Amino acid sequence: MCYHFLHLCVRIPMNEITEIRWHGRGGQGVKTACEFVAAVAIHEGKFGQGFPEYGPERSGAPMKGFTRISPDRIRQHCSVYHPGVVLVLDESLFESEDLCEGLGKDGVIIINTTTPAAAFTPVCAGIVWTVDATKIALDEIGRPIPNMPMVGALLRVTDILSLDSLIEGVRKEFSKKFSPKVIEGNCRAVKRAYDEVRRNG
Amino acid sequence: MGRVVALTGNEAAAEAMRQIDPDVVAAYPITPQTELMHKFADFVADGLVKTEVILVESEHSAMSACVGACAAGARVMTATSANGLALMWEIVYIAASLRLPIVMTVVNRALSGPINIHCDHSDTMGCRDSGWIQLYGENPQEAYDNLIQALKIAEHPDILLPVMPTYDGFIISHTLERLEVLGDDEVKRFVGEFKPAHPLLDLSRPVTYGPLDLQDYYFEHKKAQAEAMKRAKGVVRAVGEEYGRLTGRSYGFFDAYRTEDAEQIILCLGSSAGTAKEVVDELREKGRRVGVLKLRMFRPFPAEELAGAIGHASAIAVLDRAEGFNGVSGPVGLEVRSALYGRSAALVGNYIYGLGGRDLRPELIVQVFDDLAGGRAPLLEAAHLGVRE
Repeated sequence: MCYHFLHLCVRIPMNEITEIRWHGRGGQGVKTACEFVAAVAIHEGKFGQGFPEYGPERSGAPMKGFTRISPDRIRQHCSVYHPGVVLVLDESLFESEDLCEGLGKDGVIIINTTTPAAAFTPVCAGIVWTVDATKIALDEIGRPIPNMPMVGALLRVTDILSLDSLIEGVRKEFSKKFSPKVIEGNCRAVKRAYDEVRRNG
Repeated sequence: MGRVVALTGNEAAAEAMRQIDPDVVAAYPITPQTELMHKFADFVADGLVKTEVILVESEHSAMSACVGACAAGARVMTATSANGLALMWEIVYIAASLRLPIVMTVVNRALSGPINIHCDHSDTMGCRDSGWIQLYGENPQEAYDNLIQALKIAEHPDILLPVMPTYDGFIISHTLERLEVLGDDEVKRFVGEFKPAHPLLDLSRPVTYGPLDLQDYYFEHKKAQAEAMKRAKGVVRAVGEEYGRLTGRSYGFFDAYRTEDAEQIILCLGSSAGTAKEVVDELREKGRRVGVLKLRMFRPFPAEELAGAIGHASAIAVLDRAEGFNGVSGPVGLEVRSALYGRSAALVGNYIYGLGGRDLRPELIVQVFDDLAGGRAPLLEAAHLGVRE
């Protein structure tokens, strides 16, 4: 469900699989986010698959995560080579990696940055959206971990999951590990990024 | 209809173990299995199971503790991967020859060196002749389903052999997916109560395990073990059908997908089968007569049934996720050729792929089907799929 600016939303056809690639650095919550979005989709009754790409695991090292969401059973277990959506949790990765690899012209890239989206269009094939996820995380959670604001932005830009079921998912899944204060901070961060993410043009 | 949950392969296996609630679990952590036992240890610490967990100093000790506990009369489980399995080696054979129905999940991972923690099948292929039944799972659902069935197969009074259900390291162990789980009561009813045939702790009927067995009877005991492995086929089938009646998901020796009229067939194990099925559907839309057979049970080897399922094809490619170092073929390729010998005129090519976690891209599967259709199947010497030369 897209609540605002309906004409700007990316509508993924209901009968198709959505493939998402996440780029971040160790410690920014890529693994949590790629699995969490898949889990919420599954609790909504869809099929979901979430998996990080494991390399040398260390804080700050570039890492990727992948999410597939589909109305039908997901059988493939290969990596995602032609994502419909790319999320960039750390814009410094543009210096070392081709973050738009496999992204088509109809694809979407959502970048955590303070730079306006127009600055990225020369290097990005798809439609560019931007959000200051780090600031939102600092304001609402108190730590610069941008993964949950990026999830909020993802929901605004695509209509793969409802914001309500995601918020419910945050309250349920995070209750095992975090205090109510942290959980509510995450919920606010999701909603703020949902409202604040902006598209180029 | 079971309960729908979102779990990784490791979490799914841990959930099955929680529901089974075995008497004894002895394990030593190794990636990518660690998370499974970590999760199960949580269940123990939270009092959700009555299992006695034995924390040991190595995998050799883990399997030794399993052997001791199982001989004593306990229902015993463990899990490992790669080098951990290699370190157990000596006792893995002993567990089978003592006819102890231990269930050990193996999360498939490359054997070092060079050091690699990612998926291939070199670990379980290495112990294919150890006397354990082997069941390869495709996804977290099958990791869960196979583990529950494994126990019932192992403990069947006609079998009494250890079972090794496996699934692909990281690709399945660390991938969160949708699956259905049974209720705790349903699992407990399905596996039933363990009634050990010859428990050491039954002091009214004293028995000896593992005595000296030389030229006089060793050979007969090995023959009996081989016969039990042959009988396991019927039990694996019966348990798979019974599980199907309970869950709607039946299991046999393999899963043949669009093979009935296929001219070219790919045979593979584990997670690659799902990717291959997607490719098969795409090629079928273009009019290609292709299919995929996922081999679930590698030990015992269902030679006759396999020949019946794929022998009609003109060309078959066996994908091996382990190097055979023989200049000829990976381990599955050799067995499939042997199974078809005298039963089918199909040409059988062999590809080594995915070593150390190298991804099996859909294009590579298309390439294999193109090779088969174009008469370019590597028949005499395995090709290495997707390797840089």
